[in-house]
Amino acid sequence: MSFPWAKHYEPKNPVMQWVDSRLPLPRFVYNAVGAGYPVPRNLNYWWNFGVLAGVALVCQLITGIVLAMHFHSSAASAFDSVNVGIMRDVNAGWFLRFAHANGASMFFVVIYIHMFRGLYYGSYKAPREMVWLLGVVIFLLLMATAFMGYVLPWGQMSFWGAQVITGFFSAIPVVGDWIRIWLLGGYAPDDAALNRFFSLHYLLPFVIAGAVILHIWALHIPGSSNPTGVEVKGEQDTVPFHPYYTAKDGLGVVVFLILFSVLIFFAPDYLGHPDNYIPANPLSTPAHIVPEWYFWPFYAILRAFTADFILPAKLWGVLAMFGSILLLFFLPWLDKSPVRSGSYRPMYKVAFWVLVADVLVLGYCGGSPAEPLYVILSQIAAAYYFAHFLIIVPIISHLETPKPLPGSITEAVLAKTGA
Amino acid sequence: MAIEADLAGPENPRRRDYLQFAAVSVAAVGAGVAVLPLVNSMNPSADVLAQSTTEVDVSKIEPGQAIKTSFRKQPLFVRNLTPKEIAEADAVPVSSLRDPQTLEQRTAKGHTNWLITLGVCTHLGCVPLGAGEGENRGPFGGYFCPCHGSAYDTAGRIRQGPAPKNLEVPKYNFTSDSVVVVG
Amino acid sequence: MTSLFIKSIKFLVGGGFILVLLIALWGSIWGVINEPPAETAEHAMHKHPKELKLASDGPLGKFDERQLQRGFLVYKEVCATCHSLSLVSFRNLKDLGYTDAEVKKIAKDWGTKQPVFDEKGGTWGERDNLPSDRFPKVYYPGTGTPPDLSLITKARHDGAAYVHSLLTGYNEKPSAEALKHFPEFAKTPDGMHFNPYFANLNIAMPPPLTQDGQVQYSDGTRATVDQMSTDVAAFLVWTAEPTLQTRRMAGWAVLGFLIVLGFLTYGAYRSVWAGVKH
Repeated sequence: MSFPWAKHYEPKNPVMQWVDSRLPLPRFVYNAVGAGYPVPRNLNYWWNFGVLAGVALVCQLITGIVLAMHFHSSAASAFDSVNVGIMRDVNAGWFLRFAHANGASMFFVVIYIHMFRGLYYGSYKAPREMVWLLGVVIFLLLMATAFMGYVLPWGQMSFWGAQVITGFFSAIPVVGDWIRIWLLGGYAPDDAALNRFFSLHYLLPFVIAGAVILHIWALHIPGSSNPTGVEVKGEQDTVPFHPYYTAKDGLGVVVFLILFSVLIFFAPDYLGHPDNYIPANPLSTPAHIVPEWYFWPFYAILRAFTADFILPAKLWGVLAMFGSILLLFFLPWLDKSPVRSGSYRPMYKVAFWVLVADVLVLGYCGGSPAEPLYVILSQIAAAYYFAHFLIIVPIISHLETPKPLPGSITEAVLAKTGA
Repeated sequence: MAIEADLAGPENPRRRDYLQFAAVSVAAVGAGVAVLPLVNSMNPSADVLAQSTTEVDVSKIEPGQAIKTSFRKQPLFVRNLTPKEIAEADAVPVSSLRDPQTLEQRTAKGHTNWLITLGVCTHLGCVPLGAGEGENRGPFGGYFCPCHGSAYDTAGRIRQGPAPKNLEVPKYNFTSDSVVVVG
Repeated sequence: MTSLFIKSIKFLVGGGFILVLLIALWGSIWGVINEPPAETAEHAMHKHPKELKLASDGPLGKFDERQLQRGFLVYKEVCATCHSLSLVSFRNLKDLGYTDAEVKKIAKDWGTKQPVFDEKGGTWGERDNLPSDRFPKVYYPGTGTPPDLSLITKARHDGAAYVHSLLTGYNEKPSAEALKHFPEFAKTPDGMHFNPYFANLNIAMPPPLTQDGQVQYSDGTRATVDQMSTDVAAFLVWTAEPTLQTRRMAGWAVLGFLIVLGFLTYGAYRSVWAGVKH
């Protein structure tokens, strides 16, 4: 959909006129992220993170493509090609490697904030369900890509991470072991697995880019949501994307790059694990296998299931871990409240912040060794996680009395700025 | 006129339409079959399968000792059980086990003191401790997985922790009293 | 009936997961009550590394070339017998301030030679090292190959301090209190040595630095055990990341640029939005 007051593309430059009449790509860009896309005027800084996720994807693609020129995907030489070739001998190779490894972390920081913004402001609700569904697809693809990328340097955590994660598939009854051997192309991670992970790690980011285009396309049908959750009512409620949000996102990108640079140049190993500087050894397991920090909450859910009940504990853990992400697909239909924004929903707001705390607790437990205290804590936190989405949110949406909504975006803005 | 008659003829679908269905169906089957070699290519390749048997000399392993060797690039534990360890394993009521098996079922006839298992925890594939000299053998005296705390007994059976199954016993046979061929 | 089922399916799924978690939780709590987790020997006796200050620490840190040369000397005379440094090449030593001729001589005189395969004879032989060679791998016939040291300060938490503490930690014995709980530590197994900074407490490596002056420093620094340990730790920080200093210098330039750009984009943002209430 386009708003009736959206500006139309009228190129003055004859070259652009010539191109536009033959292939309307300039028009397409103008209507997508240019002056032709009207956006609510009241977006806050949390709305920067969509563009930042795009920037993170582009950074990963560029550094990744160049790194692939120097990487050897064989079990015998992968570790050397990263830790000697790229880190010591390739010109500026250390920069590419640290930018790519920390870029993955920055990507997840941005994506998690973007997702929690969507949760707080009810961005998943009609008519934006498709935007949310595609977002969850992107998140799943991103996790798969990050996991396979972490295997490539072939350090101890790479190897044992591959062993543990492909081990999930052997939880599937009957055919599980066969699927695992097929995925790895052997009985344990080795050349075959490393090569196919490299191939898929190169492919998936382009699939993600395709899904991102669909995500933005779906967003442009109803237009962006906003902090009040009240739909756009007229021209006074919006500003053109360019120059207003290009300027605001530009500022966001620079702040993002500053934090990213601090990581790359001053703390490049802070988020990594020391054991991944030890070459993979199939005959010796590290004392504590932990995934990268961005998988910790899900790892905690996996480990919380320690009891057999009808199904084996291991299968429960794997089902719950995948279930914890897959249930996000159903969120638009679990939350029936007609009010979008958490700012006008007193009970939902509390539940939201408890969920944030809960996910942080899960993350902390997932990064800690499987000692009884952490297991107990993650069992409670995992139970709350499922309760939040499947019980608390559906019930709240019936019980709650929302606060009165502003008549329009402009009314809310004027009330806030006191004019 | 002739064309209209073709489209709105009494036979619907017309008999000749089956040719189109047949063509599309056969093409679909062909496409499906063409995918098979691609899927199959991801199965273990011939060189990986070629390493599928391993010969182990067990003459140097004293009772109570174990060695860690490698079978299909996975760790393999070969352990010479002491009579006390065998008695301990036999004393456990089989019905109380998560994966009910007796020591006898898990060893070769005439070589019941040889416990030969993969050194791969059935939970998520870590290498349990207990085969190396001085390693922690866990509360049941067999093997102990440091990753998520699964404990195995002297028959390599799961007794505590998240692992669902006993340590896997690969196919093997003793070609003499001191040589065992695994795989 | 069907619609009731669809409406309640979320509660069934959620309740199912929660039920299984509560069963697991009950099991965990029961387990802790019945068998409180026993304190492990590692928990009782393992120590975190002592604090160590090196010239290369911090965002402004720079390598001290003379210290790196002393550290290299300690590696060469003491560690190199058992520990490889196989990710580093002799040519890299130029970073430490050695000249081309010196590097060439160090390579040529290196004790372990470079293995070469003779294609004609079909046999393995060896030759002297060249500056372009990596440090040859050391194969140790003892209880297992000791770890390669190239990345050791990155492969351990708080790596440099760990190396220094480990090397100077052989004299620290378990406390009487700890020995009461873990009497097996009163006598260290044969071939092992107690060291509270080592993860498993008993380490196979005998104390490598035992007396002051074990290595002859040419720059007049007193070669105490503590000094030698500090120097070799500093050297191993360099081997783990020879580009450390370049990385930080580039970082300051990038940050300076981004901060200037940040002010400009902030100004641009304010000027675009001036007059629009939001």
